Amino acid sequence: MEAKISIQNIYYTYADGNEALRNISFDVQANEVFVLFGPARSGKTTLLRLLNRLSDLTEDADFRGVITFNGSDIFGRAVDVYNLRRRISMVFAIPTPLPGSIRSNLTYGPQMAGIRDKHVLDQRVQHSLQQAALWDEVKDRLDSSAMALSGGQKQRLCLARSLAMEPEVILLDNPTSGLDPLSTSVVEETLRDLRERYTIIMVPHSVQQAARVADRAGFMLDGELIEVAQAEQMFLHPQNKRTEDYITGRFG
Amino acid sequence: MTTVQSPPPGAPSRRPGEIVIEALIVLAGASTVIIVALIFIFLLREGINTFLDIPLRQLFGQRWYPIEGYYGLLPLLVGTALVTVGAVIIAVPLGIVAAIYLGEIAPTWLREILKPLIEILAGIPSIVLGFLGWVALAPIIQNLGAPTGLTAFTGSLLLAYMSLPTIISISEDALYAVPKEYRDGSLAIGATQWQTIWRVVLPAARSGLVIAVMLGIGRVIGETMAVLLVTGNAANIPAFGPGMFFSPVRTMTATIAAEMGEVAQGSLHYNVLFGIGLILFLITFTVNWLAARLVGVNGARRSRGGLL
Repeated sequence: MEAKISIQNIYYTYADGNEALRNISFDVQANEVFVLFGPARSGKTTLLRLLNRLSDLTEDADFRGVITFNGSDIFGRAVDVYNLRRRISMVFAIPTPLPGSIRSNLTYGPQMAGIRDKHVLDQRVQHSLQQAALWDEVKDRLDSSAMALSGGQKQRLCLARSLAMEPEVILLDNPTSGLDPLSTSVVEETLRDLRERYTIIMVPHSVQQAARVADRAGFMLDGELIEVAQAEQMFLHPQNKRTEDYITGRFG
Repeated sequence: MTTVQSPPPGAPSRRPGEIVIEALIVLAGASTVIIVALIFIFLLREGINTFLDIPLRQLFGQRWYPIEGYYGLLPLLVGTALVTVGAVIIAVPLGIVAAIYLGEIAPTWLREILKPLIEILAGIPSIVLGFLGWVALAPIIQNLGAPTGLTAFTGSLLLAYMSLPTIISISEDALYAVPKEYRDGSLAIGATQWQTIWRVVLPAARSGLVIAVMLGIGRVIGETMAVLLVTGNAANIPAFGPGMFFSPVRTMTATIAAEMGEVAQGSLHYNVLFGIGLILFLITFTVNWLAARLVGVNGARRSRGGLL
């Protein structure tokens, strides 16, 4: 089967000379939860931001290698980057609802993509909130400010904002960083359900979280991909010594 | 509200030098308030006769002929209003668009060049700009078909130019203060850069943009030398219509500057000039108060959650 996303020998160096990624290759299959874990500054976020070309916003960085999405190069000449980001959307570590109501947060993306039909928009709002397990909590106050939500609700709103685009791939950069254990488990539960419809690539909050949600996982260290394996193998019988040291808490 | 905490046990006691420095800082802070209050009292003392001696009907009359005893302020108020409105219409859109370009679109190296240049613009003495307007701008306006080149519009153009650095630099600060995450959040779901600016960044920066505009207006209303040179100084009320921007007018500030040197101290004319100053003071005070209120309302809303 063709990989959903294929990353082939990529290198990425920031303008200040920091080599964030070195010779990284792996594939992500459709409808799996792929977890990228490793210590801070190992290049995980840089890699995620490359996948939907948010990296375009970083000036003067040097990128080499190939990333394909459904078989075609995402940096190809004919690629519409906005369309790409609608199909591969991203949720960040810090939940940042856009200024405005809960509803407007969810309709914003589809509206910007040209959807005007109120019926379709309403449907997207309800559907995305249900998928993000937030519908029951906010259905009576869709027009109140998104800023008034709790931290966990905001993060699920940001997830719903991505889902409202009906993307194919969701990139999650540490989506539970500021959340309490209860909210975290709600989000993790949501992710397990989402894999039926989406491909998920996620940077987790901790090794424990990685083990809980991953189908497959990749361990990153200092800009290199040390090991890629099925979750069970990775977290119970890692092949690489450094992976084992990190998972068992000997460093990191 | 101030609370003085006694030092915890074991901590060194406050040194005398620290007390002196604190007193100096308090004094420096209080001095601005005191000076503004003194200016207001002084203006009130010198100008209050205007409102006591001249009946209101005459004070807001249409004739300003101090030599014959006509002290109608209406032409001056209209002059200031025309020049100010014109300048705001030109400067606000231009300033905000320039700030958007600088803050959101321009590459870093270009921004590094443009920002200092714009700040230098703020430092050009207004009389120099006024002279430039008189020599270069006025003939152009006259060639465009106005009866004279010295018009309200000429003044508006110059004042717009003068207030642009203020508006641009404060707007740019406001845009800069919008968290990067808002832009990322919008771009990450496929919005274009322009959609992001229009729908996310500008609304989020609204309170800062209001301050920028208000301070720009403050600068325009108070400006004297340039308008004295280029607005024609005719204390009459132009006929209502779009053409009024292309008639000579006289502003309140220019009136004070032009006539203060030739009045007898203590005369009614002298008092009226201070009365005009008092009105200007109240106008700028109102503008600043409005700005603070608008921003204050936003600030309160933000802490409750939500900008829109």
